[in-house]
Amino acid sequence: MSVLFAIVLLPLVAALLPRLVQSMGRPTVAIVTALPVLLALLLLLGTAPSVLVDGELLQAAVPWLPQAGLVLAFRLDGLAWLFALLILGIGLLVIVYGHYYLDKSDSGGRFFSLLLLFMSAMLGVVCSDNLLLLVVFWELTSISSFLLIGYWSGQAAARKGARMALTLTGAGGLALLAGVILIGQTVGSYDLGTVLASGELIRSDALYPLMLVLVLLGVFTKSAQFPFHFWLPHAMSAPTPVSAYLHSATMVKAGVFLLARFYPALAGTDLWFVLVSSIGLVTLLLGAWMALFRHDLKGLLAYSTISHLGLITLLFGLSTRLAAVAAVFHVINHATFKASLFMAAGIIDHETGTRDIRKLGGLRRYLPHTMALATVASMAMAGVPLLNGFLSKEMFFAEAADTPLYGSLNWLVPALATIAGMLSVAYSLRFIHDVFFGPVPAALAAHAPHEPRRLMRVPVEILVMLCLAVGVFPAVVVGPLLAAAATATLGGELPEYSLAIWHGFNVPLLMSLLALTGGVAIYVWRAPLFALQRRWPRPHAPAIFEQAVQLLVAGAGRFVRFVDNGALQRYVSWLMLPVALIMLAAIASRPDWLGEHALTPVDGLSILATIVAVLAALATVVLRRQRLVALLMISVVGLIVSLAFLRLSAPDLALTQLSVEVVTVLLLMLAMYFLPNRGVIESTWWDRSRDLFLSLSIGVGVGLLALFAMTHPGATISTFFIDNSIPGGGGANVVNVILVDFRGFDTLGEITVLAIAAAGIYALLENLGLCLPIYDSEGRPWAKDRSPLVLQMISRAVLPIALLVAMYILVRGHNMPGGGFIAGLITAVALVLQYVASGVHWVHARVPHNYHPLVAFGVLLAALTGLASLPLGYPFLTSTFEYIYWPVVGKFELASAMLFDLGVYITVVGATLLILARLGKLSVAEQEESN
Amino acid sequence: MEILLAIMIAVLTSCGIYLILRLRTFPVVVGLTLLSYAVNLFLFAMGRLTLNAPAVIGATDHYSDPLPQALVLTAIVIGFAMTAFLMALALRAWGEFGNDHVDGTAMPDDGDDRR
Repeated sequence: MSVLFAIVLLPLVAALLPRLVQSMGRPTVAIVTALPVLLALLLLLGTAPSVLVDGELLQAAVPWLPQAGLVLAFRLDGLAWLFALLILGIGLLVIVYGHYYLDKSDSGGRFFSLLLLFMSAMLGVVCSDNLLLLVVFWELTSISSFLLIGYWSGQAAARKGARMALTLTGAGGLALLAGVILIGQTVGSYDLGTVLASGELIRSDALYPLMLVLVLLGVFTKSAQFPFHFWLPHAMSAPTPVSAYLHSATMVKAGVFLLARFYPALAGTDLWFVLVSSIGLVTLLLGAWMALFRHDLKGLLAYSTISHLGLITLLFGLSTRLAAVAAVFHVINHATFKASLFMAAGIIDHETGTRDIRKLGGLRRYLPHTMALATVASMAMAGVPLLNGFLSKEMFFAEAADTPLYGSLNWLVPALATIAGMLSVAYSLRFIHDVFFGPVPAALAAHAPHEPRRLMRVPVEILVMLCLAVGVFPAVVVGPLLAAAATATLGGELPEYSLAIWHGFNVPLLMSLLALTGGVAIYVWRAPLFALQRRWPRPHAPAIFEQAVQLLVAGAGRFVRFVDNGALQRYVSWLMLPVALIMLAAIASRPDWLGEHALTPVDGLSILATIVAVLAALATVVLRRQRLVALLMISVVGLIVSLAFLRLSAPDLALTQLSVEVVTVLLLMLAMYFLPNRGVIESTWWDRSRDLFLSLSIGVGVGLLALFAMTHPGATISTFFIDNSIPGGGGANVVNVILVDFRGFDTLGEITVLAIAAAGIYALLENLGLCLPIYDSEGRPWAKDRSPLVLQMISRAVLPIALLVAMYILVRGHNMPGGGFIAGLITAVALVLQYVASGVHWVHARVPHNYHPLVAFGVLLAALTGLASLPLGYPFLTSTFEYIYWPVVGKFELASAMLFDLGVYITVVGATLLILARLGKLSVAEQEESN
Repeated sequence: MEILLAIMIAVLTSCGIYLILRLRTFPVVVGLTLLSYAVNLFLFAMGRLTLNAPAVIGATDHYSDPLPQALVLTAIVIGFAMTAFLMALALRAWGEFGNDHVDGTAMPDDGDDRR
């Protein structure tokens, strides 16, 4: 059934075109927009015989997200066909009308693109055969209508109206999604046919009230039902073609469409009856009452639309089969007469420059054609016989009169329906009489408006003709369509009804007559009513809405500022808090911190070293404001840590820690030099106790965790490394073999990180305008003397020896403690010592000091060594080794991993020097500047 | 020996975290250094403690666990890079905002600190 896909998706695909051909002139844009719609309409009409006459159900489906129950499935039954006809037919007329309506300065391409997008979304809603897909298109209508309402985005009213419409219909869409998911979960399928056939199951479910309320929220927001009605009048800031299309025939009808669609599944309960009919009744009356007092033509029509949508909702709520037929019938009729009225209002606005009824009058002299068309359409709206509005209103009155469900108050519904009918007659009369009759205001007479272009009136003429045709020959013109749509709505047998103009003298006719005479009377004596209405206390819904939105925004802002207040200290403590709590919970729950694993013997020296380390760490914290002392203390800690590594059989770690210790202290000294020291306590007492709690609980927790791990036996995978170190990696030092061979990829990552960190630091310190401290925190001037001569001399003597040692350590690393990391650090320390002793200038004059390429070369060398194994058919970083015999040295091993280690070595040297030389140079550059 | 190491880890962690929670950048850099020691020791301890048994084949008859050692070895070097990065960040903030507060925002009350 590709026809179905074509009908729905043609406008969507075509939505791209108007913008593309925008430069080719306005007529081209309009034609390019209209043609695909016309094509889709013809395709739809082509399916009429099978859908309307044979009552077939056309379906087409392509899986989309089958796991989530989302299927790209479309169906075309009578109801969908009716709505598709309205969408495409009125859409086509609106395109023609819009082409003449839009100003030369308006972007026609954008307008028509959005219109087509909206059209496709609406078609998707009415043709969806999958509940989730329906919601997708539903949201798409909200978004595209937001863009259309806000088309004149330069106007504040347009932006506000669009925002309000989106907020309400978008929120309703979310409620609908929730409702649809509940329904889908209950039924076990999102397939529409299955859901419609499972009415009993849904209505008997415990969650039925929730489902119903959620779906109705979607319906009522979309169809502008009380109390969500207020967005519709504000959406009138849209261009009139948009109002004619969205707010008469399509968008607002999506809500009542949903009532019709879900009628077999959800209707038939008391809850449905009470909710839907009462909301419909209130909306019917409120809309009609408000419409009477609008001075804006489009405002009047908007409230009238609200009222008519209330009527349709009420009919669905009455829950009789006949009422549902009447509702479907009124959908057709309302769409035709309201769209033509909106277009007429647009013509009046277009020709006179105002929509304010108080500034209009006597237009019959200038716009006779428009007057004739608008009068017929208004009479249809008022429910005058021989017009379509009369027929559906008669059916409505009949259903209202037959409602037995409000018990002793059963006169209430017909009475209120009649009052609503009167008001409807009155505002229709006002629309015609105040605009086309009476005296011509002077401003208008001077302007002398004239009829618009012939083609601009054609869409109105077609619609008005339809009103007449349906009104006079209902059974012929609309009979089959209504029957098919109503059958699809009810999901079964049609009730007996006759589409005749004359049913004899009966209660509905009496109500109609009452409404007509009463309406005329209200219009004639409207002055006291207007006076009354002016004094009426009116809650200003948009203001309340705006206030609520502002409140929400302000609340969200406050919340964000509370959570994200920019205080790093607080973020960190919030991160630490869960850790501390988990630690405390773990401490409390596990008593066996000391396991059975035999403890390693203790010696006096270790105890002493531990005591010194603990004291030094505490001293670092306590004496942190005397920074030099703190620095000495932390280096004591670092030294003992490296000794601990040595004692605990990790010579590689001891060597690494020792060399890192040197550069770290150097780093901290530079930090101490630059960063200010205020020497006062800034944190509050509360802050410090919080930090104390956090640090103590985490510290104790981590310590106990370590103790637990150390004293319980654990499985290790290291036996593999130990067993394979020599046969697989060709090295006796397992730690080094792991680094350069087994876990070589890790190491490659680590040196890359190192290189990135070095580059990052370099970038951070670029162009840094740092002021050079002259005094330290105690007010003593920093010495500007050069380093002592003794240090200079010794450091120069040490350099070659240190480099030699580094080379030795690098080469032996594979078999004895050592390796690229350690050798690199030793080399770096030896060079940094030259910086310290002799100054940046002295070193840079003698040593190539461009360290960036060095870092890059190191990483590259390591990576290339790894890549070398690929052409030989081995995975990345596979190593090989060979023993060769040198004449003097003897047996010597050459492993490809050593080349990798050389890469590591070069990276470490380069990165460390890049970091420290950059920081050190900072002070020199400053010194030169200050000198 | 296990208990000694656990005490050392506990004290170093506590001191490190306490310093990291300070308001000025210098103590935070120092705290990070202390915490790095603690984390490295902790990771190392996961391989259990062994005396006089470096993981060099042929040196002894049993070996300490080499895997945590390899991990810690790179961690020490990366830890240094991280400390240096933090330090560069602190210097940059000091240069940009004229204060050494960890939040890295310009604060008027600190203006007098710049000389």
